[in-house]
Amino acid sequence: MRAVAAAFYKDLLLGWRGRAQGMAVAVFGATLLLLLSFAVGPNAQMLRQLGGGFLWVALLFSSTLALTESFRLERENRAIEGMLLLGVHPAAIFYGKALANWLQLFVLGLLLLPVMVVLYDPSLDGIGGVIGVLALGTAGLSAPGTLHAGLSSQTRAQQVLLPLLLFPLVVPVLIAAVRATSLLLLGDPMGQARSWALLLLAFDGVFWPLCGLLFGHVIEE
Amino acid sequence: MNETKAAIEARGLCKRYGRTWALVDVDLCIRPGEALVVAGRNGSGKSTLLRVLAGSLRPDRGEVRLLGTSLRRGRAALVGHASFTYDLLTGMENLRIAARLLGRPSGPEEIQPFLDRVGLGARGADRVQAYSAGMRKRLTLARALMQDAPVLLLDEPYGQLDPPGFGLIDRLVDELRAEGRAVVLASHQVERLSRICDRALLLDAGRAVWSGPASELPFAFQRLEEASIRAVAG
Repeated sequence: MRAVAAAFYKDLLLGWRGRAQGMAVAVFGATLLLLLSFAVGPNAQMLRQLGGGFLWVALLFSSTLALTESFRLERENRAIEGMLLLGVHPAAIFYGKALANWLQLFVLGLLLLPVMVVLYDPSLDGIGGVIGVLALGTAGLSAPGTLHAGLSSQTRAQQVLLPLLLFPLVVPVLIAAVRATSLLLLGDPMGQARSWALLLLAFDGVFWPLCGLLFGHVIEE
Repeated sequence: MNETKAAIEARGLCKRYGRTWALVDVDLCIRPGEALVVAGRNGSGKSTLLRVLAGSLRPDRGEVRLLGTSLRRGRAALVGHASFTYDLLTGMENLRIAARLLGRPSGPEEIQPFLDRVGLGARGADRVQAYSAGMRKRLTLARALMQDAPVLLLDEPYGQLDPPGFGLIDRLVDELRAEGRAVVLASHQVERLSRICDRALLLDAGRAVWSGPASELPFAFQRLEEASIRAVAG
């Protein structure tokens, strides 16, 4: 736990020091939301219906930039090898990093949420539930995202390879998060959002331990 | 520290990158308080040997034992070609994070002596991105000293350092030996290291071609050079 806390603190500190990059990722996400609204046109009803989906598409694309950056810093001076040489278990590095990535993606989601509200004008009744779905969904992106960012960081085509590896794997997260978000924003008379949220929770429950187990094989030479 | 067991012992180490063998059946044994210099031309396997001894690379064959037990990462500190640091953080922050990961006290008052020992006492608050290559080397050295490991592995320790830095390395090797730690240095500075080390190992194309007292290393190295020139000419 000590090493997890140290790795988490280190990643947060690096995130804070590189906050210009973080802001660029947030602006990229907001721009994506804006462009997607142009694609739909001035149809207010359609915009309202698609808002939840577009929010998650923007988050997914932005997440690859954030995840790539987090491993670029690790590979720059072989810092991740340095942590292993201190005797730190790879799983501790993974959980510290995945937690920090989750927090960054969750904050990114919170920043994109008001942009989505302004552009797509959804009902604000279920916004509390949407924040909960954001927490679960970004956790579902963060664990496999951290694992695959570690894997792709060893290649030259990192920025191309990460989405190719990650996107097919997180399709269940995307579907469940979009469905839950849309239901919460558009009205959920049958109470289905809870089932989709449980699916997200199940995905997190499987992938967080699994990715922690596999991370050592991914980063070791 | 256990004086009866070898600080680090390697038997039959082999390491291959693709089809190229970087190490072939390398044996070595260093006692606590000893300094060993590993010499050889570029590509002879020096850096690979040190990374295997640190546990950073897995050998394809052979075994490394540290104080009589199987090698675990973290028990041999490595100062390699990479600095293992984060450019966005200060020197002090880099060491504090290393201390936290090691479970050591990480307050500034605990970290400052390590910065002072490598001559970075006044630059700890600067970001590493503002450091010169020599300063990064010193910071990596401080990080390795913080590990308090029984074996210190220094790969090209004089590389990027200024003349006072050369003196720092020489002093550190003496101090570490006096503390009963084993030091392994890989370098081209055979003349200098033959004066401060006890024993030497000469590598050529991944094989240990000579081992003996460090004082005889310059002659052995010269013989190897002459033999390779003859081989190319003939």
